[in-house]
Amino acid sequence: MITVQSVIKRYGPFTAVDDVTFTAAPGSVTGFLGPNGAGKSTTMRIIVGLTPASAGTALVLGRRFADLPNPGREVGVLLDASAQHAGRTGAEILTLAARTMGLPNRRVEEMLHHVSLTAEEAGRRLRDYSLGMRQRLGIAHALIGDPEVLILDEPANGLDPAGIRWMRDLLRDYADRGGTVLLSSHLLHEIEVVADHLVVIGNGRIVAAGSKRELLAAAGTQVRSTHPGRLREALTQASYTVTSSTSAESDGTRPGAATVLRVDADPGAVGLIAHQAGIALIELRDADGAGLEEMFLELTAETQRDAHTQPEGAVA
Amino acid sequence: MTTATSTPLEIETPSPRHFHPTDAAALAPLRIPLTRIVTVELRKSFDTRSGMWLLASIGLAALATTGAILAWGPREQFTYSEFLLAIGMPMTLLLPIIAALSVTAEWTQRTGLATFTLVPHRGRVLLAKGLASVLVAAAATVVTSAVAVVGNLIGAKITGLAPVWDCDAAALASFAGAITLLMLTGFTLGALVRNSAGAVVFYMVYAFVAPGLFALLAMSQQWFHTLRPWVDAKFTQDVLLHGGLSGDQWAHLAVTTFVWLVIPLTVGVANLLRSEVK
Repeated sequence: MITVQSVIKRYGPFTAVDDVTFTAAPGSVTGFLGPNGAGKSTTMRIIVGLTPASAGTALVLGRRFADLPNPGREVGVLLDASAQHAGRTGAEILTLAARTMGLPNRRVEEMLHHVSLTAEEAGRRLRDYSLGMRQRLGIAHALIGDPEVLILDEPANGLDPAGIRWMRDLLRDYADRGGTVLLSSHLLHEIEVVADHLVVIGNGRIVAAGSKRELLAAAGTQVRSTHPGRLREALTQASYTVTSSTSAESDGTRPGAATVLRVDADPGAVGLIAHQAGIALIELRDADGAGLEEMFLELTAETQRDAHTQPEGAVA
Repeated sequence: MTTATSTPLEIETPSPRHFHPTDAAALAPLRIPLTRIVTVELRKSFDTRSGMWLLASIGLAALATTGAILAWGPREQFTYSEFLLAIGMPMTLLLPIIAALSVTAEWTQRTGLATFTLVPHRGRVLLAKGLASVLVAAAATVVTSAVAVVGNLIGAKITGLAPVWDCDAAALASFAGAITLLMLTGFTLGALVRNSAGAVVFYMVYAFVAPGLFALLAMSQQWFHTLRPWVDAKFTQDVLLHGGLSGDQWAHLAVTTFVWLVIPLTVGVANLLRSEVK
């Protein structure tokens, strides 16, 4: 359980973390999503006590991180897989952690095996590790104390597709056994496949939070038909909000010039209305992945560095 | 046929475990004892290639210095205190660097992220590092005096005279105290500068450049000659290294240690406790 309550971090006049409040519950993966520089890492450093907050409190398992008697046994932390001594071997890095936590040496072997680092790789020095190997070692470092909370900052960076799949399964399994996972990423796809809850941050502020299902539902339905004009009319009459992803000016009567509409209703309701209006549909589906991505871009559009290109409809 | 391609992409699905399954099943974890942090910090000083070389160079320097005295030193220098001080010379360079690196590596190598999350009390980590430094200084003193004994015995064999043991317990203690103070100076610089290269450079200035300039100034200016023992910390530490301090010299040592060690150490530690670890 992680509880972040009204946390603020100021650097002079700049506010890096602005009144951030959220919880990460046991038995679930909470995805912490935001563009680069949004305040994800700063928030995570505040949770583990590396950065002092200007205001607010962050509790892990109901306690301030510094009040945990042996934090490694309760909270596994991976903030930066490269932040280890370049001249130390992987096995030595794990040994130091095991010694600090008072664990038997066999935990080192177990964890190396768990993250699929071979004995030969474990004997290499960190400077000779690829980013993917560093991430695996970092995961081993976080898990070695068998903690019930995991805090991971961009853990999938540098992993190959098989590694990402492995990480996803590992976190899923960990949460299913009752663990709490807080996982950050700036890549939506990385997070949406594994997270149960999402906390979206932009410019230090939380712009959306909730279960993935809620946020996906809010993204609505994506529908394509040969008569988008009439469909739009019918949907609007049923008092749904309709936005279109392609040019709204096309009359929609020409075949092939189908227009994609986005509706804030579930697919069933949209299908029914189309049926009643006698409009044939080409495509009808949850605006899930694409919808969440659009939401992410929208939510962070004003706050992120690269201005998000406007939907084509708005340009014309 | 084509459907039977179940490639095991996932490496290993962990068997269902309980949290804290091992020994203390239901017990809450205990606070990490300071002794454990000290042993981990000692290990960290010597588990990298550079750490190993620093350790090895201490032994090699002790042997090389002894060999050099035996080969080229004048016969009248074959006394225990001469061996001890000569072997101590490279120590005064190498040991403070070990102490400084133990602090700066947490920032330069960014290991602080792991260190200060596993032990979220930086004061305890620093105390452990300080204690580890003192233990290294003690061990180095023992090695130095042992090598000096061997050197002195071989020297006596060469000259055919009885070995000269001109060093009492007080002088040895004084030597150990000076080594420890130098070690802590390195530690202080590490805490103040928090950068490996910077700390080493500062120590070189402190141990070699500044004393040279002070000596020059003291030679040309009478007022500085009398003032120097009150302001030059390395000068008073060298006096301590040789032992047999007078009352005035103890006062010099107390003042310079307070100004150049205690105050900077306090400032360095205070900064370090409050700073952000990135």
